[in-house]
Amino acid sequence: MTLEANSHTLPTLDGRAGSLRPFLEWLARRAEPLAITLFAIFVGLALFSLFIALIGRSPIQLFELIFAGGFGTWFSVQNSLSRAAPLLLTALCVALPARLGLVVIGAEGAVVLGGVAGAAIALPLVGDAPAPLVWLIMALAGMLVGAVWLGFAGFLRHYRGVNETIASLLLAYIAIAFMNHLIEGPLRDPASLNKPSTAPLPPDYMLGSIPGMDVHWGLVVGVVACILSWVLIEATSFGFAARIAGGNVRAAQIQGLPVGRLIVGFTALAGAFGGLAGMIEVAAVQGSANASLAAGYGYTGILVAFLARHNPLAIIPVAVLLGGIDASGGLIQRRMGLPDATVLVLQGTLFVVILFCETFYGRFKMFNPDLWKRSA
Amino acid sequence: MEATGIGVWGVPLAIFAGAVRVSTPFIFVSLGEAITERSGRINLGLEGTLVFGAMTAYGVAVMTLSPWLGVLAAMAVGACLGLLHGFICKFPKVNDIAIGIAMMQFGLGLAFFLGKPFIQPAAPKLPAIAFGAWSNLPQIQAALNINVLFLIGAALALLLWWAFRNTRVGLILRVVGDSSDAARAMGLNPDTVRLLATAAGGALAAIGGAYLSLYYPGSWNEGISSGQGLMAVALVIFARWNPIGCFLAALLFGGAGALGPALQSVGVTKGYYLFYAAPYVLTLVIMVATSSPTRSLAGAPGALSITK
Repeated sequence: MTLEANSHTLPTLDGRAGSLRPFLEWLARRAEPLAITLFAIFVGLALFSLFIALIGRSPIQLFELIFAGGFGTWFSVQNSLSRAAPLLLTALCVALPARLGLVVIGAEGAVVLGGVAGAAIALPLVGDAPAPLVWLIMALAGMLVGAVWLGFAGFLRHYRGVNETIASLLLAYIAIAFMNHLIEGPLRDPASLNKPSTAPLPPDYMLGSIPGMDVHWGLVVGVVACILSWVLIEATSFGFAARIAGGNVRAAQIQGLPVGRLIVGFTALAGAFGGLAGMIEVAAVQGSANASLAAGYGYTGILVAFLARHNPLAIIPVAVLLGGIDASGGLIQRRMGLPDATVLVLQGTLFVVILFCETFYGRFKMFNPDLWKRSA
Repeated sequence: MEATGIGVWGVPLAIFAGAVRVSTPFIFVSLGEAITERSGRINLGLEGTLVFGAMTAYGVAVMTLSPWLGVLAAMAVGACLGLLHGFICKFPKVNDIAIGIAMMQFGLGLAFFLGKPFIQPAAPKLPAIAFGAWSNLPQIQAALNINVLFLIGAALALLLWWAFRNTRVGLILRVVGDSSDAARAMGLNPDTVRLLATAAGGALAAIGGAYLSLYYPGSWNEGISSGQGLMAVALVIFARWNPIGCFLAALLFGGAGALGPALQSVGVTKGYYLFYAAPYVLTLVIMVATSSPTRSLAGAPGALSITK
């Protein structure tokens, strides 16, 4: 077993398949997560169809509507992409700490505080400074606040031993209460009667659309953030150290890796992405900070990250898929008369099945080259 | 302040009344989670169970006109959700914390989906006992109007505290929670024990949900829970897995949760949103104060992943 494990990396001398073998091994290792994830999605959709059939509706019609509402027309594709934009960032908010073995689920807190910080810092600047400069300052403020918020959860984890999952979620609730305090009190625009908000950004200061599309620039920011995160994790020594610490904290400490700084750094970076998502929501969609910031992007981001197995590049297609499912919610409600929570049931089912399917990793011989016969 | 008729005493009285009223869901969820965690597993999905239990109890109470049937139905679905969690966690490589998050989203989604028709109709409420009938002050009467479930919760805390120490079931639970290997050596199947413990925890958490929808605030809507299910998990750690401690901690949390509404009721109009954060801040402070980066917590079940 050990011998075989070592020898498969050496050039093989055994016959015709020899030159193909490294490629097949590479393919097998790469194919495992893809195959298992696709299988899990299939099972999840099947269970959801069963549920819809049990309540006496047609699952086929439902899936047709999800497709039509999410990806059927150019309009719906743009709608899906707009919804995917914040999910890209909130998924990173979960995926980056996950590479260190941390389950941080408080992205919602970073989103709302990032949005409030962006809106608050923009107000005195509007009118004097050029728009791009205002956006930059807003983004920095949102990222800083988000970084401090989730970095604190990482700090508590490492230096106080506080469970980061619960701490980050509590911080999210505190953040939402704090946002309500600010938008109902000190930062409230007296003109916002029904829905307390901060003063709105003037139209020239709104982050516009990508040329040729009705999708705001947040999508580009999100994709760039995913690519940069992938480079950070896969191609830098910082990311390599984080992956070691995620695999085995004791081993990383014995190696002299700065585990504490890695944990605080990664959670802070995750929070910065969350804060950026909130700032973009303010600058591109809402125009002001209000209760709509807590729309659940942070929670859907958890599902995106787990579906993508915390791989930043895989987050991009998964976020678009879930953005599409989200976008179809309204159509399902109108055409089939099903509650808007239908989408939540689908997401919850997928989530449970995906995690259940973790148990299949390493069980299939075809994905594990170490178990192949040498002369296969 | 003049609105209360009994001056500043209105604030502590309102906090006491709020503590009793608000704490009941915490009591049930934390006792349920204490059973689950004592068996060495953590169920973060109790937030979903709580909301699903609230919806089920309300729906059944609307249809049968019996709030107690609603509570029983909630216990049954709560146990089912617990069984599902326990069943999935039995498999290797499955992370119980992550499954808990997924079960939370699943439970919330399903509750919102199935609960849509029950947002409008009114359900019969659970009965309360008027301990304050001796007083002629309406505030005191209101404060001492204590729900039956609160009393059941208090009795259950005592019962569990006794049972963990003195019964065979309690011993089995503690052995499984401390060491899977020791449990197997005794001829016990840890997975089965944990499955049943998670189901019991789910059933109790669902009673907490039934209290929310059938007594206080006493209606079903999608914002019925504000994280009680999650705070209860933290509360169990604070209470060191001791049922009596869970009961007292739940009272403390209930009091903190009542702070915002209490101040609002005596005429504080500014800044009370910050007091809505009080229970979360309190939970966090307590977690920071009671955790340690170097040693495991006193009284922690050895097989529990959250304390490693």
